[in-house]
Amino acid sequence: MRELIEFLAKSLVDDPDAVEVNQIEGEKSVIVELKVASEDMGKVIGKQGKIAKAIRTIAKAAGAKAGKKVIVEIIS
Amino acid sequence: MKWIEAEGNTVDEAVSLALQKLGVDRSRVDVEVLDPGSRGFLGILRSRQARVRVSVRETPETVIREFLETLLKEMGMEADLEITSHGEYWSAAFSGPDVRFLIGRRGDTLNALQLLVNLVVNKKLTEKVRIILDAEGYRQRREETLRRLARRLSEKVRKTKKDIALEPMTPQERRVIHMELQEDPWVYTVSKGEEPHRKVVICLKR
Repeated sequence: MRELIEFLAKSLVDDPDAVEVNQIEGEKSVIVELKVASEDMGKVIGKQGKIAKAIRTIAKAAGAKAGKKVIVEIIS
Repeated sequence: MKWIEAEGNTVDEAVSLALQKLGVDRSRVDVEVLDPGSRGFLGILRSRQARVRVSVRETPETVIREFLETLLKEMGMEADLEITSHGEYWSAAFSGPDVRFLIGRRGDTLNALQLLVNLVVNKKLTEKVRIILDAEGYRQRREETLRRLARRLSEKVRKTKKDIALEPMTPQERRVIHMELQEDPWVYTVSKGEEPHRKVVICLKR
């Protein structure tokens, strides 16, 4: 899941080197923490959180296939 | 941009080797000769291999494909991808065993993927492109479902004389409802609320 979120974030931002992704693995769920450069926050959140919501939806779909609940947290 | 370097006895040989590895034909690449190589001379001068750098020229199709194929792999999804140009927009359609995950509930995963592929591809390309994602005819099926729903609910509004608000939909989906009922003699439609909770309300003409 870490690689998926990292790939999405790096594709969206202007400063891919500043993308940091941390994964906390639970038994039935995975928490993925995403950190990007402060200038890139808008690129991963979007108007009314539209992009963040899309990232979470995609992560959830990948989790559904893997049989895990995925929580994506964007950290500032 | 996708590129590789290759070596061969001649420049041509190096180029063909690179094309084979990239799996594309000559018309889709740019070639840069890094070293034309030399044959050597009577064993006095040592022969040198020719070296080339071959890069795949970026078109909307290659950029869309590269992003979506990597995304599918990272999502752990098994699906084929067909990309077609329709002039003013591009369509990319998934098929295969995992499409139900790629569509999601009421198409929400497909719509999320569509939002991101549009953002990422337009970030990479200088020209502006619009991409519509589909999966095994989902868009068409959904449109038909929405049309039927619109007709059924307009009937209900007419009978009960009470307005009905539909669930939140995307602008494209709301458009289908508005279009379906625009000629209806008994009802009219309006959109209410703010994105992403904006919904169509079917109202009785008075």
